[in-house]
Amino acid sequence: MSESDIDWVARSGKRAKGRRPEYFADPAVDRLTSILMALVGEVSALRERLDTVERLLEAKNAISREDIEAYAPDREAGAERGLATKAFVARVLRAVQQEAEAIEANDPPIEHWVEELGRKEQPCPPTSS
Amino acid sequence: MPPDVPPPYTALTRHAMLPRAGHDEAARFNFLSNLNRYLAEIGSRGNRAAYNQRVLPRFLEEHGREPEHRYEVRAAMNRDPFHRLWSALKRNSMEMRQQNGRQIVLRQLDEYNALARQYNDGRDTLELDDNVATPAYQNAVDIHCMPGSYHGEEVPGDISAGANYDLGLFATTAGGLGGLSDGGGQALVAWIRRERPEWAPRRILDLGCTVGHNIVPLAQAFPDAEVIAIDAAAPVLRYGHARAQALGVHNIHFVQMNAEDLSRFPDAHFDWVQTTMFLHELSARAMPRILAECHRVLAPGGLVLHLEQPQYADDMPLFEQFLRDWDAWNNNEPFWTAMHGEKLEEIMAQAGFSPDEQFVTGVRAVVDETVFPRASDNGAEDHGRAAVWHAYGAWKKAA
Repeated sequence: MSESDIDWVARSGKRAKGRRPEYFADPAVDRLTSILMALVGEVSALRERLDTVERLLEAKNAISREDIEAYAPDREAGAERGLATKAFVARVLRAVQQEAEAIEANDPPIEHWVEELGRKEQPCPPTSS
Repeated sequence: MPPDVPPPYTALTRHAMLPRAGHDEAARFNFLSNLNRYLAEIGSRGNRAAYNQRVLPRFLEEHGREPEHRYEVRAAMNRDPFHRLWSALKRNSMEMRQQNGRQIVLRQLDEYNALARQYNDGRDTLELDDNVATPAYQNAVDIHCMPGSYHGEEVPGDISAGANYDLGLFATTAGGLGGLSDGGGQALVAWIRRERPEWAPRRILDLGCTVGHNIVPLAQAFPDAEVIAIDAAAPVLRYGHARAQALGVHNIHFVQMNAEDLSRFPDAHFDWVQTTMFLHELSARAMPRILAECHRVLAPGGLVLHLEQPQYADDMPLFEQFLRDWDAWNNNEPFWTAMHGEKLEEIMAQAGFSPDEQFVTGVRAVVDETVFPRASDNGAEDHGRAAVWHAYGAWKKAA
């Protein structure tokens, strides 16, 4: 399986067009909520992976805790794990990256589009006077 | 009784075009489907409690009257700390679903683009048209918070938008739509088999088909029918065509076309014109044009059917309307609120269907119960994604 040529880690975290609602009085709380939920998701995924490993170990009686303690990745495994960590960081900190993009994009609030798409008449063309 | 938990992501049917998820990627979707189930249940209780116990009393005190519109309920609820936190969590769930889905697709994009080309190149069942512009209502915001919406491409000619849409439906519906996320299409087949057991449409048109997940069951149920599935976005059509081919379904023509202009088809051409969760992604100007085109291309004796969430009838409590409206304001579906506030029967009448040709009926998703438990029936409906629809339809009178 070949990896794609595009920067898939960066592109996966692309911001959705449209201004994001603000849920809390302090925008930092919005960002921290996003970071926290991403982290919660990762802990859940990690627990599931550990559960898989434990069940397989139990079934196959394959490795010892000593093996795990002594493990050091070779160059290739180190690179694979580095990429996984990079993608992990991009997931947890999406809120910060998308906030920066949102400031650049300066979308109108969703209320603008609700009104625009809900209106039955075409808006008047701007007059040239 | 065992606890009601969503099925694991690995229970999805792995058709050839569905990008393979790794262990942790599947685990992330497992987390999200559980989170969504949790948010639906806690939101059903907590939002109602907040409204009854503090938001409504405060409104009555400040205004000396009940709220008169769902927007007044929304303005009041948006000041409530529980509702704000709940909305923030739900918004994050949508965003996390997108990022996780895109990581699965984009890291394998070259491989699946190549696979799609094997299914698509040289087939006359896929017609793309560069002259079809992205409709303004699709370009306003990225619908469902899908970065790039249905029409975005990461590399020219790709399938990324379609693949991400297909593989993530599981997370937002917690598996309620079945192994192929086609519960809507399966529901249509079950409904027509009950309604008109002997009926066999010769030509079927599906508008706004996206990845074709809901038209494939119809094409399988009527293998002799000529089925045309249109969408304005090329990436979902490329993926949808390849997906149908991978599933062995060859009687669907996927065509890039804007549903506002069906002039390519003569009057009275189709026996069945179908939209499935499509109308709420349009605009107030486009919808009547599309419904009029549906009437024009429908043959006498034919069926038009629009599958949607229920409209906000006058007797629907404002608090329920407000809850059902969440996706409009928080999940980039800006026409959702105006569309559900319309009297669709009146717009269909303006489109040419007399009241005695029209009907409204409830349609429940057919759940793939060999793999998925039945969608939760405990009243905690996750508005916008729940697998229960209303169908707004008409049988056109024979000439």
